[in-house]
Amino acid sequence: MTGRMVNISKKWGFHGVEALKNASPLYKITMGLFALLTLSGAVVGLQAMFTGYHHVYGVTREISWGLLISAYIFCVVTSTGLCIISSIGHVFGGEAFMPIAKRAVYMSIIFMFGGFCIIFFDIENPFRMAIWNVISPNFASNMWWMGTLYGMYLVFMIVEYYFLLDQNHTLSRLMGFFGLVVGIAAHSNLGAVFGMLHGRPFWYGPYLPIYFIFSAAMSGGCAILFFTTLGWRINPEIMNQRMERAIKAITQVTIFLISVIIFFTIWKIITGMVSEGKHLVIMSFLTGDYSINFWLFEVFLGMFLPLYLLIRSRGNNFNLILWATGLMMIGIFFMRYDIVIPGQMESVYHSLGVVEAEEMLTYTPSFHEIMASLFGIGFIGLAYFAGEKMLNGHQLEKHEIVPDGGYICPGCGAIHFMEEGETEEDAMKRHHRIW
Amino acid sequence: MKFPKINFDSMKNEGTESVTPQERRKFLKLGLAIAGVYAGGKVLSLTSIVGSAQASGGTSIVEKFPYNPHYSMVIRQSLCIDCEKCVESCNKTNHVPEYGYRTRILTKRYTGTLDKQVEFIPVLCNHCNDAPCVRACPTKATYKDKITGIVRMESKKCIGCKTCMLACPYDARYFSAERHAVDKCDFCWEERLSKGETQTGCSSACPTGARTFGNLTDPDNIVYKLVHQLEEQVWVLRPADDTKPNIFYMKGSMRSVDNILKGQKFKYYDPNKV
Repeated sequence: MTGRMVNISKKWGFHGVEALKNASPLYKITMGLFALLTLSGAVVGLQAMFTGYHHVYGVTREISWGLLISAYIFCVVTSTGLCIISSIGHVFGGEAFMPIAKRAVYMSIIFMFGGFCIIFFDIENPFRMAIWNVISPNFASNMWWMGTLYGMYLVFMIVEYYFLLDQNHTLSRLMGFFGLVVGIAAHSNLGAVFGMLHGRPFWYGPYLPIYFIFSAAMSGGCAILFFTTLGWRINPEIMNQRMERAIKAITQVTIFLISVIIFFTIWKIITGMVSEGKHLVIMSFLTGDYSINFWLFEVFLGMFLPLYLLIRSRGNNFNLILWATGLMMIGIFFMRYDIVIPGQMESVYHSLGVVEAEEMLTYTPSFHEIMASLFGIGFIGLAYFAGEKMLNGHQLEKHEIVPDGGYICPGCGAIHFMEEGETEEDAMKRHHRIW
Repeated sequence: MKFPKINFDSMKNEGTESVTPQERRKFLKLGLAIAGVYAGGKVLSLTSIVGSAQASGGTSIVEKFPYNPHYSMVIRQSLCIDCEKCVESCNKTNHVPEYGYRTRILTKRYTGTLDKQVEFIPVLCNHCNDAPCVRACPTKATYKDKITGIVRMESKKCIGCKTCMLACPYDARYFSAERHAVDKCDFCWEERLSKGETQTGCSSACPTGARTFGNLTDPDNIVYKLVHQLEEQVWVLRPADDTKPNIFYMKGSMRSVDNILKGQKFKYYDPNKV
């Protein structure tokens, strides 16, 4: 069976720890920083766990979901989005999207784990969850469905990734399909966790489950552009014509999805202005405490700047795409934060007109919360940089389904089609004249 | 345009046999609800009493409650003086830690009123029949007691996700580090009712009778009488959330209420004399 190991490393493109050792010093320092972040985050998180969260976290009785839940949502939204965008290619056969599949599925799994790392330090009794979620399930609870479906989603994605590496197209496609279905179910349930709380008018309604899916797709497009162009900066060899075409296609899709989210946001604001329960929160976005979060981060960094830069990049200026999507990731994080915290700002007794609930409630993340969130973020960074080297830049061999009459061009890595009576060489020549 | 011709004369009478009991009941209920609204009982649309209605004259026609004993509390707002004896008693009875509370008294200030400038509103868990917290809990750690209708906690099942705290439209829940679970009012079930007492800690500590606790299924019970009168308005908090709460509010200072209480042989309800 010794031969099998060799085969796997060749077939999977697995370069192992050796690749890390050969990395440049700067690369090692970057990885070291992320490792340090992960470690210190875990240490501070564990310390918070043993001290008792209510001593060290900024969350209160009224605002009981804080930075950690926002960061968790950021991670799982991105994970689902990566799954959605990558499925356009390797599940539904959108040829242009195929080259990003391996990196997208890998990062999707990593983001999911990152999310679980973060929520581990938010849930007060995470160990009980494993037992009682199974023994005593409440099928009416969105929280139960969300947890269970995300667990299944993770399993599907891991199996899918295995088949992607193993170049088993049929099964990876099947698993990808299941992963997509379960992922969308899980993610809309996450929206419904918020959307089905009667007492919280800012969240209540079908808006959030729907918004979450589109928002996830946008985050996924942004994330895969960011991580691919960053991968290109690390190792320029990963770029070939197929990859360039994929980036162009994803840039187009992302531009479209940003527009969709702008549309969603405009209507959220306009309808909220005339709703008694939402008015105060919307005003705090427009002119109050959350105006910097909203205008600078959510609207400018999260939507308009990347929209402008992505259009300017024409899908082939990778440096511009890297900047646009990098800033957009920060903006998206604030989008998540602006869903979670403001929804709890208005006390449930505010409408009763009592003295105690006159003021809007406030929340500031504590040091422990920030560090526990960075535990997950650090892990994602570490895993990304490790993956780029160890998995050889997620380069493709023959992972995607090659249609009949087509072949993979050894020169550019694209799928070429032969016309009748044509040799592969002729087809290549013809193809590259067009390109 | 052509209309189909229907010959009404030759149609058969379907008779009342074909109307299902459910349909009939629905129809009756509709009539009763309208009558009840006209009779001034705002309770009808708000209470948890499914299928209950009062016709004019105050005779209750349908007496159906989901639980028995159906524990409930009527808060007579005008009588509350914000002495916080109820909060103290609750904290002591249920070992509530300093950072938490199961019940509290809210203050509402008025300007331009002639009689009084301030009103106190005690709030606690509403033990909703349609409790959002129970639906939200992923592990059934919080549940509606099948007999009493009390919304209780099974602490060992609580994973601490805090969804219930956000689902609750009455801010009745907090996370107790001592219990390693979310803690909330259980109408003193564990500390008092299950040990044979008939009153909760807060209602027995209340010196003015602002909090009256009892069984809504028992026509002789004070709670039943206060809810089933038409003279004074009874309401619940946040009715729009449609949670069907079991904590009822009224001003409680009118003559009609006094008359009901006199029927109980005392002016202000003293739980110790029951």
